[in-house]
Amino acid sequence: MTQFTNEDVKYFAGFAKLAVSDEEAAVYAEKLSELAGFAKELKEVNTEGIAPMTHPIQLYNVLREDVPVDVLDREEMLKSVREHEDGQIKVPNIL
Amino acid sequence: MNFETIVGLEVHVELKTDTKIMSPAPAHFGADPNRNIHVVDLAYPGVLPTLNKRAVEYGMKAALALNCEIAPVMNFDRKHYFYPDNPKAYQISQDDRPIGSNGWVEIEVDGKKKKIRIERVHLEEDAGKLTHSDYGYSLVDLNRQGTPLIEIVTEADVRSPEEAYAFLEKLKAIIQYTGVSDVRMEEGSLRCDANISLRPFGQEQFGTKTELKNLNSFNFVRRGIANEVERQEKILLAGGEIQQETRRYDEATGETTLMRVKGSANDYRFINDPDLTEVHIDEAWIDRVRAEIPELPDARKDRYMNELDLPAYDAMVLTLTKEMSDFFDATVATGADAKLASNWLMGDVSAYLNAEAKELHETALTPEGLASMVKLITDGTISSKIAKKVFKELIEKGGDAADIVKAKGLVQISDEGALRTMVNEALDANPQSIEDYKNGKDRAIGFIVGQVMKASKGQANPPLVNKILLEEIQKR
Repeated sequence: MTQFTNEDVKYFAGFAKLAVSDEEAAVYAEKLSELAGFAKELKEVNTEGIAPMTHPIQLYNVLREDVPVDVLDREEMLKSVREHEDGQIKVPNIL
Repeated sequence: MNFETIVGLEVHVELKTDTKIMSPAPAHFGADPNRNIHVVDLAYPGVLPTLNKRAVEYGMKAALALNCEIAPVMNFDRKHYFYPDNPKAYQISQDDRPIGSNGWVEIEVDGKKKKIRIERVHLEEDAGKLTHSDYGYSLVDLNRQGTPLIEIVTEADVRSPEEAYAFLEKLKAIIQYTGVSDVRMEEGSLRCDANISLRPFGQEQFGTKTELKNLNSFNFVRRGIANEVERQEKILLAGGEIQQETRRYDEATGETTLMRVKGSANDYRFINDPDLTEVHIDEAWIDRVRAEIPELPDARKDRYMNELDLPAYDAMVLTLTKEMSDFFDATVATGADAKLASNWLMGDVSAYLNAEAKELHETALTPEGLASMVKLITDGTISSKIAKKVFKELIEKGGDAADIVKAKGLVQISDEGALRTMVNEALDANPQSIEDYKNGKDRAIGFIVGQVMKASKGQANPPLVNKILLEEIQKR
């Protein structure tokens, strides 16, 4: 079984910008190891000729006609942002 | 040079749909900031994306025009990244099952034809626009967030800045003909990045590549690649190594500067987007979309040269835009002489469009109008000199050439009796010219013809005047 370490958990959490304590890391390391074990089990099943499944619900071609609807009111939207200027959302400078 | 230039291009093209790819907010350029926004674009809790059917069909149309195979089953994936231009913190894109793959575009450089292979064409959403201030903050406008894009990725088949330029020109023309995008670089509806590497001639393995961004015109693409090739060459010749990095083209200096070094942490954590279903594309759907693709520039060029006997240059100029080519086809369809119609479109019409900074549809000229004038020239009713006057009227006010000629009394005078009288009057008034002619100065003929043309307000039939003048001058 693939064993995840606390360091692995913190490494992956970093991608999602998640802060993880040592206690949490230990919990997730175990859970992830279990998941990896499950995935390994799947590998043993013969899936030749079976198309990959991307969704548990077998729906396809759910499409919308290209017709515009009423938009969100800008002033309403700006009420929920911390700061704005000239109708635009103000954010810290990130380059 | 010791090295072979290897370039792959990534081109983003905005699709001209009425709404965004995953939300029903309007998608068009130039609206007031944050006016074209929908809860889906802002990633409000609990919202679900809905896939725009036209965006799928436009993507399919572009992929087909680029000779791609269409995926029978495709889906959308999430590409994660953190940046304020995208409130979801992921871009909906296509990873392993793009709508189109294995296409090609034929280019011609220095008379040599070559195919640039298209690795893939995939659908995705554009991000919002950030304006950076000098005071430690940025302003976010989310109008563009969710605008449908196709990303076109070439194989590393491009071998020179000139080939990159030719490819982009051709790609732009093809997409423009399909009508799925305005492909205007200045409005951002076409954007291009270039992956550039060098390898010693004869070596199979590619060298380390750099990605070049901020290429805001086809000329900058050409210059940017040339400059980056030079930079890499210098490093390699000095025994150095190329670092895998993203570089920015600086329009002012023409040089490239480092933006960021690509590291292993650059992990987009692609997953299937569970909010969206698969899209199954059958042959019937493909055929329906394919049937909407108009005849493309290369096919038209061949037709103009082979069926209408136009020179290669004319065929090239006439097919630069679909509007011009459609106009030419419609003009010829009414029976106008093809070469004459081509001359007028490439000459006076283009000159007028350039001078007035207008597009054809912004003038009053119609294919029927141009054809009516071309026919009057062909049958000798008007001279090409008078045609210039008629043309001005046609392109500014519209109408039919025959009506203009009648209303303005511009019909060419081809009545021999009337012309003979005019010729004799001109000869009587200019005895010196007769003398000159008899002394062997042929230029005197031109002078007299000019006098007759002037007296007739340009309406005399010039070849006929010439012929009568030669007869009359002999009698003197």
